[in-house]
Formats: sequence, C-alpha cells, structure tokens
Amino acid sequence: MAGPRGALRLSSRVECRLLTGCGATLRLTSLNPMRKVFPMSNLQKSVQNGVNVEALLGARAALTQAPEAAQFKWRATSEWLNGTHSRTTIAGFHGLGAEQKHRQSYQYDTDHPEIFASEDNGPTPVEYMLVGLAGCLSAGIAAVAQNRNIQLRTVKATLEGGMDIQGILGIDEKVRNGFDGIKVHYEIDADATPEQIAALVAQSQKRSAVFDILTNPTDVHVTVSKV
Amino acid sequence: MIATRAPRRSVASIDAIVVGGGPFGLAMSQALSARALEHVVLERGEVGHAWRTERWDSLRLLTPNWMTRLPGHAYDGADPHGYMSAAELARFLSAYAAKIAAPVLTGTAVWHVTPQAGGYRVATNRGDWHARAVVLASGAFSQPVVPRVADALPADVEQLTAHAYRQPAQLRDGGVLVVGASATGLQLAQEIHASGRQVTLAVGEHVRMPRIYRGRDIQWWLLAAGVLDQRIEDLDDPERARRVPSPQLAGTPERATLDLNTLRQQGVTLVGRLMGVRDGKAQFSGSLRNVCALADLKMSRLLDLFDDWAHQRGIDDEFEPPQRFAATEIGGPPKLGSALGHDIRTVVWATGFRPDHSWLDVPVFDRHGQLMHDRGVVRAPGLYVLGLPFLRRRKSSFIHGAEDDVHELAAHLAAHLDRTRPAQVNLSVAA
Repeated sequence: MAGPRGALRLSSRVECRLLTGCGATLRLTSLNPMRKVFPMSNLQKSVQNGVNVEALLGARAALTQAPEAAQFKWRATSEWLNGTHSRTTIAGFHGLGAEQKHRQSYQYDTDHPEIFASEDNGPTPVEYMLVGLAGCLSAGIAAVAQNRNIQLRTVKATLEGGMDIQGILGIDEKVRNGFDGIKVHYEIDADATPEQIAALVAQSQKRSAVFDILTNPTDVHVTVSKV
Repeated sequence: MIATRAPRRSVASIDAIVVGGGPFGLAMSQALSARALEHVVLERGEVGHAWRTERWDSLRLLTPNWMTRLPGHAYDGADPHGYMSAAELARFLSAYAAKIAAPVLTGTAVWHVTPQAGGYRVATNRGDWHARAVVLASGAFSQPVVPRVADALPADVEQLTAHAYRQPAQLRDGGVLVVGASATGLQLAQEIHASGRQVTLAVGEHVRMPRIYRGRDIQWWLLAAGVLDQRIEDLDDPERARRVPSPQLAGTPERATLDLNTLRQQGVTLVGRLMGVRDGKAQFSGSLRNVCALADLKMSRLLDLFDDWAHQRGIDDEFEPPQRFAATEIGGPPKLGSALGHDIRTVVWATGFRPDHSWLDVPVFDRHGQLMHDRGVVRAPGLYVLGLPFLRRRKSSFIHGAEDDVHELAAHLAAHLDRTRPAQVNLSVAA
C-alpha cells in the first residue's frame, strides 16, 4: 500500500481537478497500436489544449496499482422549492481514498417551461442530461486531442434529445418516458485530417462516462425516509 | 512418435515437460530436440486434440494455407490460398509430430503441476514426473468466457458457448442471439441465419478487415508490412493489445469478406453490446454506431499503412489500386431490447476464450487470475507459456507465430537448465 499511496499523494491535487471534469479522460493511452509503425504526420511539440496529459497518464498508472483509490462517489443534494422548481447543490465527492471538495459549491435550478404552466426558473432536468453529455464528450475530445498532439481551435456541439411526452403524461403506455434518441453534432476546427477528427470524437465516446450512462442501463435505487 | 511411458509408481525425472500436443507444444518439442534437450510432450488426447474435438464443424483457419507452417514443416498441398478446416489442421499436426519424432505421451492428462525442489512435480493420470522446466502449451482458447449477465437470463432461454456449438441443427427452433462480433460471432451468426433462424447479433468493440485487399489476402499484408511481427514491448498499451478480439474474418473457398454490412444485408439484426436483462428483455447498448465508427476508422488506418508501405517500397504496381470500403451501415436506430423467450430462444456466447491453467498449482496468477509472465517467461523459474495472444509478437497466437517464439523461449529454457543443472546427477532426486 505504501508505494501506490505515496505515488498518488504527489500529484493528487492535479489529478482530482482533471478527473472532476469527466471520467472520459481516465484511459488515455489506448492508442492505435499501429502508431509505432506509422506515426501520425502532424506530430507537434507545442500543442496546447489545456489538458495535463502527463498528470492523467500518471493517475492512470497509479490507479492501476491502487484500484481502491479509483472508487469514486459523485454526490448531489437537492431541495424542492415550489411547483416544478428544485435546486440542486454540488459540493463534495469521494475519490482517491478521501473526501474531496470542489473549488466552490455549485447550484443548479431545474424547472419546467411556461408552456407547461410552470415558471421556467431553470432548464428542465432532461436538458441537464444534454449539459452532461456535451461537457463529457468535449472534455474527452480535448484530452484525446492533447494526447494525440492535435491542436484544437474550436469545438462546438449541438445536441438534441427527442421525446414523445405522451410517455410522461401517461397517455400511451407504449411510449417511454425518456429520450427516444439523442443527436449530437460536432463542428471542430483543428490541425488534423477529417479522419483524425472523426477518430477523436469516436474515442471520446468510447471513454465517456455520460455517454455510457445514457446508452447503457444503470441500476437506480431510490429510498425515502419521513422526517 | 516415441511412446514413452511414465512409470506408475515411482517418479520419472526429466529435464523438460511440455504440456499440450498442439501446434505450440509440438513446435517447442522440435526446438528442444534441436538442442538435444531431454523432454516429453504430455497430451490429454491425441495430437491436436482441441482441433479434433473442440471446434465447430465449419471452422476454418483465419490464415491461408501458405502461412500455415511450423518449424521445419509447411503446407505443401494444392491449395495454398485456401484455409484449412480443423480436421485438416489436426492431420497437419499429426504429420508434423511424426516428422519431428516428437516424444508425445498421448492420453496423458495433467492433473497438477506443483513446485518441487529443483523444478516441478507434474501429476498425470499415468503417473508423476519431476521436471526441471515446464512449458505450458495447452492452448489460449480452452475455456469459453461468458459474461456475468448470463446468470440473469430466464431459464427458458437455452444458452450455448461457441466452445460447445457445432452446427445450427443443435439449436432449437426460434430466434437466436449471438453475443460477440469477433470472427467467431460473425461466422456463427451467418451460419445460424442461413439455417432459417432469425439471428440478432450483439456487437461491442470489434476489428473489421476485408478478406482480400488489393488482390492479396489481408494476412499477406499484415505479414509483409511487419504488423504481425510487431513486438509487445514496442506497444504503448500491451495489456490492451492482448485483449483485442480476433478480426472479423472467415476462411471460405470464395475468400469472401465477412463484415457487419454483409450480415445485415443477409438479414441478421445488428444491435449494440448486451448490457443487461430486465423484465424479460435483453438490453442492448446504444453505442452500436460508435463501435462501428471506431472499427471503420481503425480499418482505414490499417489500409493507409499498407498503401504507404507499398508506396514507400515502390511496389505499388504489383497490386490492384487502393480500395476503401463502405462505412458500416446499421440501418435505422438500433433495437435497444429484445424479448427473451419470444424473439430470442437461444443465446450463443461468442464472447471470447481464455486458457485453462487450473491445474497449475504455482503462485503465478495476479488478482484477476491472469498468468504473470514476461513474454512467455512465467514468474517462476523454469516455467514457460506459449501461444497466448500477443505473447511476444502480434502473431504469437497464430500457428505460424510459434516458430519465432519457441526459438527464443527454448533458448531461455536451455540457459535455465544449464544454470541450474546439479553438479552431480542425482537419480533419486524425487525421493
């Protein structure tokens, strides 16, 4: 234990900050094995996308040796305010074997729009799913680009989740409550070929936590206590 | 073949024991004989047992016949560009064993290998041995890997692994879910679909390759461009490289490409990775598009590599012009669920294989149960392993990959025997 813990402590602050963005960035070295034979043509030394790849690779190596430190708990607390309006607070989380804190706490209001006879004090909860997906995929794109020495200039995403609200309104039992599909379109300006840019976006999806959460089933356990 | 017999009561002592009389065990035997090292090959059945008994009926090698060679022995038949069936390979191995006079003890199952002073005790159904070195060559594909989600399937759904599968007639009528999109999964999906059953193929990450590229077998390109000779120590992520599934290939007389587009056009339903079972429904991942995009991109990079290789050597003219293949089309939005027991009555697991080293009572396994070794040199003196995916090179689990690996590991083994040889030979060493 002493070895891996020691290694983690050295740079845990950097790793924490980076890991907070999204789980997408944890596995950065899954490079195309052909690269050794056929290095990419656009290798540059000065690429800067603002991602500390060395720290991430260090975290990956350290956590391979200390898998218990890789167990994270992401947390939120929420309070109903009125009507469809709630406020959710994000402050701390657990990871690297200890309680961790964000630089500051963050608050998010959710509500329904006025066409639903609500006050529209914030985005709908389903729109926050798009926030999470966009944030996660773009973080992954930046990290993978950094690791592949690709300089990004602009990364813009447009997201759309389709939903038949006959589901949530209980009109038709055959219609699901959630999205019937999500479309994400990226417009990316970078020093790379279209194929290399496509590969960035594909690799980001492959390692994205939110993409996984949305595409695969998750066990959700809700309990309640009377106060 | 020398019919050496292990004595039943006393313990026979020998320099080296090779466990497994398949291509790798025989190749190692040849390499040990070339160094005049005393050894036996223990084989639970006949030579090439797994190829005779543990493969589906239509299986053919993924490599063309001209590539099928072992040290001192190569295919010399009339169809160098064809692909051997399992039975043909078994005959090839028998001929090889005879040619090299391999000291194979057939019908000899290894029960336990345990550390013992100066080496290992090898317990078999036909008596015990003491060996100063042991080579594990019992195969990389001995046991099917079945994901945990199998436990959640309803009892009325029949389950079968690719290991137990032989032919479609074995399956009951009704829909079949094939899980896994490696060579195995695609071949089984195609064959079962052709038998008149509705087939759904669950597709996770996979490796797409055309059978023929610019007029040559894809294996020719992989070999010529040096990809198959890539060494594990030169890779950024060796662990991942060892987990890469086998490429989507089939060895048919037509030398046809077998990919997801072919299967979809034939009527196979493509879905994402099988992620869970809930309310009697199989749940498939919504990531199908992306795993296909990843495989398409990776294939294009591989073909780029071949084109560049040919161009740099100035031999472009020797081949047909460069080709690019249509992106994988999944049709409309993929199905995210299927009713088990109704749409799907049988699940065929084509989710990979692993070696069976359960008889190895030596503390050489990590916490995941993986054998700890450095390119075949197991973390216990005098213990070696062969034939695992990317053991030393990308070709290590291919039959033609045996030669280079056994050459190097036999040298290591010989040095170990030299270093540890007792000053005086003590015949009662096993007492």
